[in-house]
Amino acid sequence: MNYLDYVQMTTGQRIAYRIKSFFTGIPGALAKLVKIIANFFVSVFGTIGRGFKNYGQRFVNGDAGTKLSYIIMGAGNLLHKQIGKGILFLASEVAYIFFMFGFGVRYISEIFCNGVVVDGVVVNGVIGNESPIYETDPLGLGKKMINRDTVDDSNQILLFFVLTVLVTIAFIAIYVTNTKSAYAVQQVAQSGKAPMGTIQELKMFLDERFHVTLMAIPVILLLIFTVLPIIFTIFVAFTNYDKNHQPPGNLYWWVGFSNFADVFYTNKMKSETFGKILLWTIIWAFFATFTNYILGIVLALMINKKGIKFKAFWRTMFVITAAVPQFVTLLVMRILLDDKGAINNMLGTNIPFLTDMSGVWPKITVILVNMWVGIPYTMLISSGLLMNIPEDLYESARIDGANAFQQFTKITFPYIFFVTTPYLITSFVGNINNFNVIYFLTAGGPNSDSYYQAGQTDLLVTWLYKLTVNSSDFNLAAVIGLLVFVICAAGSLITFNMSKASKNEEEFS
Amino acid sequence: MTNTQNAAMKSGYAAKRKAANIVIYVILSVMVVIWLFPIVWLVMRSFSGDNMIAPKGFFPTEWTFDNYINLFAEWDADANAWVTPDVFPYGKWLLNTFIVAVCSAVISTLIILMISYAFSRLRFKTRKTFLNLGLILGMFPGFMSMAATYNIMEIFGLKQSLVGLVIVYSAGAGLGYQVSKGFFDTIPRSLDEAAKIDGATRNQIFWIIILPLSKPIIVYTALTTFLSPWADYIFVSYFMKDNVDNYTVAVGLYNMLEPNYIANYFTRFCAGAVLIAVPITILFVIMQRFYVAGVTGGAVKG
Repeated sequence: MNYLDYVQMTTGQRIAYRIKSFFTGIPGALAKLVKIIANFFVSVFGTIGRGFKNYGQRFVNGDAGTKLSYIIMGAGNLLHKQIGKGILFLASEVAYIFFMFGFGVRYISEIFCNGVVVDGVVVNGVIGNESPIYETDPLGLGKKMINRDTVDDSNQILLFFVLTVLVTIAFIAIYVTNTKSAYAVQQVAQSGKAPMGTIQELKMFLDERFHVTLMAIPVILLLIFTVLPIIFTIFVAFTNYDKNHQPPGNLYWWVGFSNFADVFYTNKMKSETFGKILLWTIIWAFFATFTNYILGIVLALMINKKGIKFKAFWRTMFVITAAVPQFVTLLVMRILLDDKGAINNMLGTNIPFLTDMSGVWPKITVILVNMWVGIPYTMLISSGLLMNIPEDLYESARIDGANAFQQFTKITFPYIFFVTTPYLITSFVGNINNFNVIYFLTAGGPNSDSYYQAGQTDLLVTWLYKLTVNSSDFNLAAVIGLLVFVICAAGSLITFNMSKASKNEEEFS
Repeated sequence: MTNTQNAAMKSGYAAKRKAANIVIYVILSVMVVIWLFPIVWLVMRSFSGDNMIAPKGFFPTEWTFDNYINLFAEWDADANAWVTPDVFPYGKWLLNTFIVAVCSAVISTLIILMISYAFSRLRFKTRKTFLNLGLILGMFPGFMSMAATYNIMEIFGLKQSLVGLVIVYSAGAGLGYQVSKGFFDTIPRSLDEAAKIDGATRNQIFWIIILPLSKPIIVYTALTTFLSPWADYIFVSYFMKDNVDNYTVAVGLYNMLEPNYIANYFTRFCAGAVLIAVPITILFVIMQRFYVAGVTGGAVKG
């Protein structure tokens, strides 16, 4: 389809086309995601390969000091009288050696320990060690452990293993920098200039290397408190860290892809729960996004219509509802909509807004309440956009005899739709992750026996939360988290491709 | 067309438009009533002396200010004195949230400004890699790794502590650079270049040229990072577990609605909710234009 075909379509067809192209875009986006990940790895390996080549070349061309610093870090710098830098490199090497022998080696060695006996069978790939004494159960149902004193904490081992790996990667980076630095100072010396002093070198961190100064602390914080937990959680998806294997006291071990298999087909209960929740998540995200979007724009149009007075008053009234913290308004809604709550009481009815066992009323209620929460936001955002539509468009339309309705369908709506498409998709992804509305209103309920640790209105993310907090099925929670990540990444990629902003990123630089 | 016909047509249009406007006024009024109903109802309940959860009427049968007072102090008849409430120490939570919000706002704002300046104005080899990694990290559901974060905090001896909370909020701020990066992108680079020619280092450019031009974005970043701990329930509830003294307002208020407490504490919950909602609402109403700019991806111009 080319641009001319698109322009000739009616608004309805355009929307249908956009929706269709959104959904038909999903496989493409997934393929693109795989391609991006593949490209990422290719470029990583390319960089590593080039790194090794340069690494070797530097060694071949290096003088004694450079060669020495391949073993004793900082030697090259020290020999060329860059004392401060040399000492830092040397210190980091010593620190790393102490770190590994005092700490790291243990966790690397225990990450694939063998030998927990479960019902008489030795299980491999256990994280941690234990030396329990077993006694045979009189009923013949396997063995029973009688001492728990010497059990490792699998959690701690996995966490410190990830930490050790991160530290090692950081050390390798410092090590490579060290060889580069040694070679650089050697070249400077060979050209007859004096090597840079420590003070001069430090000054570079305020100018040429200012980005290092700016980003060091934030990146370290992110590594420890965001990256480390995420990598840990990804590893957990491949273990049996669930409510029956809780450290300390119990070990857990690697189980390969069986958690993923559980969620997709092998475990009937879990896979059915996953299927139902995924379906509801998509239905929810669709309705939550489009009801808010369309009605929000309609509201903005009404407020901004010519001849409507007190525009600021109307807008502020709605903005106030958007400004009150969501957990407050949603909890109030929960109380109001209770079976015996104020709404039922005032109307004299008995509607099971949030507790209907069939799940129909709760599902409608959460979508309606979500409209209450979301419409003011859309109104706020599209109000600004409405004012940006060039007035002469309307003027010429009026001269051509277009009425108000035609002006809306031919000018206003296409304009807003075009400008807000990226926002629309971001909010679709945001609604897949919309924890607050569901959790505070129904807490996922009403609960049903046919769901594993979930209820009729649970989304993937609220299920994830419940699995973590209520039932401690951390492995299943990690699997769900990864799947949500894949869904969101695919969705964001579509957005990213559609939005022009990403292409213009370099425009200002 | 004669003048009278023209006038008649004009007045016909005017009448039509008037009718349309009246319909819109009616719709808007109905909507405002629906939208404000829960909020005004909450305020009414907070002033109510009857402690009813589902009253038949809208207005309280008996007006009182006690719910607000009881948040901070209860009258102990035995001791004949005011005591701080022990089950739900709202004053303590308020203070906790305030401390956490101020600390994390200061640290987060610094971190966000540093990161976004580096990404926007400086060009270095690993820039694209970091931008992509930031994008990828941002797509993981926020609380997926909650349990692991708790374990890490346990190792540092910071579990269930306010310091831990500040660290987690501030550390995560490194990923929230988009809006301020967008802002920095709009400051003309010729300013940097002119300063560079005059011999300024990049450090000096950051402090002397860019920051003074960035007041609106600094205010916006500080306010959003200040406001987020007030509304965060998910992480705090998991992180603090049963350590009631270190709760923030959101978790504390949520717990007031537990089945055991709701009958006695409902109106007090309303008072507590109103108390934090008022300043947040005012701040948000003032800051709305920044919010819009942040969401639509346009740069904030100040």
